[in-house]
Amino acid sequence: MSKAKKKVKVIKIDVDKCNGCRACELICSSFHATPKYSSNNPERSRVRVIRDPLKDIYLPVYAGEYTPAECAGRNKYVLDGREYSECDTCRASCPSRTLFTEPDSGLPLKCDMCDGEDEPMCVKWCLSKALTYEEREEEREEEPKIGEMEIGLEALVNRHGMQKVMDTIARLSKKG
Amino acid sequence: MANAEAGFNLEIDLTRGNIERVAGDPNLAKQYLGGLGTNAKILYERVPPEVEPFSPENLLIFGTGLLTGTPLPSCNRTVISTISPQTNLMAYSMMGGFWAPELKYAGYDKVIFRGKSPELIYVWINGDKVELRDASHLKGKGAVETQELIKKELQDPNVQVCAIGLAGENRVFTASIEQGRSSASRLGIGAVMGDKGIKAVAVRGKKDVNVARPLELLQLCHEVLQYVKDREDKPVPNVMPILAGLGSPQEMLHTDEKWHTENFSWGNSRERRKDFWTKEVEEKWKVVQENARTRLISCYNCPMKCGAIISLPGMSTYMMKCFTKLTYNMAAFVDDLEFGFRIAQRATEYGVDGFSTPQIMAFAFELREAGILGEEHFEGCPDDNEGKFYWILDRIVRREGIGDILADGTHWAALKIGNGADAYAHNNIKKHEQLPLKLGMLNPIYYLMYCTGEKCNITQIEGQFPQAPFATMEEREEFVKDWVHVPDEKFKKYVLDWEMRGENSNPYYPTVDMSVDVVDWQEMMHYIDDAVGMCAGMSSFPLKPPYHIHNYPLIISAATGMEMDEEGLKKIYRRIRNLVRAFNIRRGLTRADEKPPEDHWRKRFPELEEQLLDAYYKFKGWNNQGIPTKETLLELGMGYVSEDLEKRGILSYE
Repeated sequence: MSKAKKKVKVIKIDVDKCNGCRACELICSSFHATPKYSSNNPERSRVRVIRDPLKDIYLPVYAGEYTPAECAGRNKYVLDGREYSECDTCRASCPSRTLFTEPDSGLPLKCDMCDGEDEPMCVKWCLSKALTYEEREEEREEEPKIGEMEIGLEALVNRHGMQKVMDTIARLSKKG
Repeated sequence: MANAEAGFNLEIDLTRGNIERVAGDPNLAKQYLGGLGTNAKILYERVPPEVEPFSPENLLIFGTGLLTGTPLPSCNRTVISTISPQTNLMAYSMMGGFWAPELKYAGYDKVIFRGKSPELIYVWINGDKVELRDASHLKGKGAVETQELIKKELQDPNVQVCAIGLAGENRVFTASIEQGRSSASRLGIGAVMGDKGIKAVAVRGKKDVNVARPLELLQLCHEVLQYVKDREDKPVPNVMPILAGLGSPQEMLHTDEKWHTENFSWGNSRERRKDFWTKEVEEKWKVVQENARTRLISCYNCPMKCGAIISLPGMSTYMMKCFTKLTYNMAAFVDDLEFGFRIAQRATEYGVDGFSTPQIMAFAFELREAGILGEEHFEGCPDDNEGKFYWILDRIVRREGIGDILADGTHWAALKIGNGADAYAHNNIKKHEQLPLKLGMLNPIYYLMYCTGEKCNITQIEGQFPQAPFATMEEREEFVKDWVHVPDEKFKKYVLDWEMRGENSNPYYPTVDMSVDVVDWQEMMHYIDDAVGMCAGMSSFPLKPPYHIHNYPLIISAATGMEMDEEGLKKIYRRIRNLVRAFNIRRGLTRADEKPPEDHWRKRFPELEEQLLDAYYKFKGWNNQGIPTKETLLELGMGYVSEDLEKRGILSYE
């Protein structure tokens, strides 16, 4: 397999600088509204600030990969005397919580780094510089590209099982 | 409904336990924007002057600003309006924080309470589902503690809760409503909330807030953010550090308090300590503050960090902002800042106003010293200044013994105590305690603001214009060079010609007419902020803020879709200003009430002061008693107000 250069987008989160204003949540949901910026609703945001002011917990967390099942166990982290639950630091859209799911459809949300912008909007709106943006190049082994349809089917199979998917395709093809 | 509005209000009748979701009047925003403007409209129509502050017919309105919940930076204010038990006039205390945006996301512009709940309750607004819940388990709990308990009970850390403490439950006239790092403190609205039997209002929302022209609004927001960044690098030169930047005074960040401690008065607003700020104090206070402060924090969608988390060993954590850091120290003559942070924690849990309350406490001990209050009232009171203040705070909040009388504030307490006590309630305007500031030469602009400010609080009416002249012409030219905020070029000339001494100095310069101009501009910006829900710290309060009369019309229009230009916006401001005035006139406000504390300035000029007030009234389109004329009201499309004033015999028209 050949090596290829890949641009990796990084949002660096400095929790000590977070002032808890949630501008990141607001502008994220606004950017992803249709039409763009026509509405906002932090509940739709792909970044949420885990906030517990009296315990001095201010932790911006980004929506990552969807997971079909919740963890079997939970851990707790104590950092600088502050206790975080594992979920506080977890990016997954997961059945154990409503975080990072679309409030209307229940579909999972995932940060796309505001594709098409110079930098993610949350970074642009974070004047406290708790969120900063970096790009770096990484060399990676090129993986064979899986077609979009194959990814979609794979997800369906994971969720519903091969047999059901096959049955459904068979039924659909008859209608065709 | 305009864009940016939720379009619905919650009407809650506490007596019957009835809750209704009512569509807002879609035309109201064009006339009064939202926030204070529409709160005032509702109060004017539904609360006639016979209604007492603690009567079930009094309303308690929690309003969001018109633009609260849109991406507009720092637009997060909750405007709470009712009748003040202290002044018997309209109270419109405001708070930043997170509550109002959450209410918008829940789908409401306002929550309007009427009646009284027979039992202590809290309100749980969970989007479309709204309930009144038993709060007997929260009775007597601290205001901060209550917020935490409710969040835990509702099992959602994103619920926003505002709550009263024991002071509100006991109808202390300086009771506040607390919420996170913010509080709506002035004019005793917490007492009205307690009287209505509401311990807290919790809200959670998951709906969208829409704007009319998204890309245009986004561009304007980016201009604001860029301006904030630039302004941070370029503080206004030749003014005191706390006036040089944006936000509310940055007293959680700065540890240098030379200006406040030496220029404001200590005790019952009596004594200036001009040599207080020594090297030793400076070093000590810096250590105390940095030790107490865990983090600087913001309100919703605001880049400023005006608040702080305060955590000291042996007491629960709370949040603080602004001048409360000093008010208890200065009132009690305690030189150790740690006392201030510690007693403020108790005061915040009790939920009391950090401006008025320390003055009431200092007033009590002055009366004791003068022999007006006998020793029998102070049985069990410790001897040291710190202990005394904790002791009296507890009495006031619990309304025990002399505390029951003091809990009504210095004005009403002095009336009850008699025996010359009224001379000690010397720092009030319209029965409301003021910042402890005593100065030499009358400043005509400030004279007018103190007299006529409907909110009876100088920080909520001043701003924009320098507080004092610059020393040299170079400094003045430097200041006006990038002063894009002025509504008219003439204001630059006022600054250029304003001297520290001689003919063009206080009190005769700025002239009467210029002073009226300046005050009108300052007021205008505050009224617009209070209607759209903008924090004064980013707009009407500081010098050269990001929001001003030239970009506001564009912003309001882009967000709401309403047509708006400067003239139109100015007219809306005048409408709100006249409505608040008419409401208070109807409740008995007169020209005789419009005066600063007698000892605010050492040098007074009775003739000039009369001229100032005359000119101000005239400029506003009011008669010489400060009552809006029929002509003024009709021009503003407020025939309903002029008819009402006529019917009540307040104005007689030929």
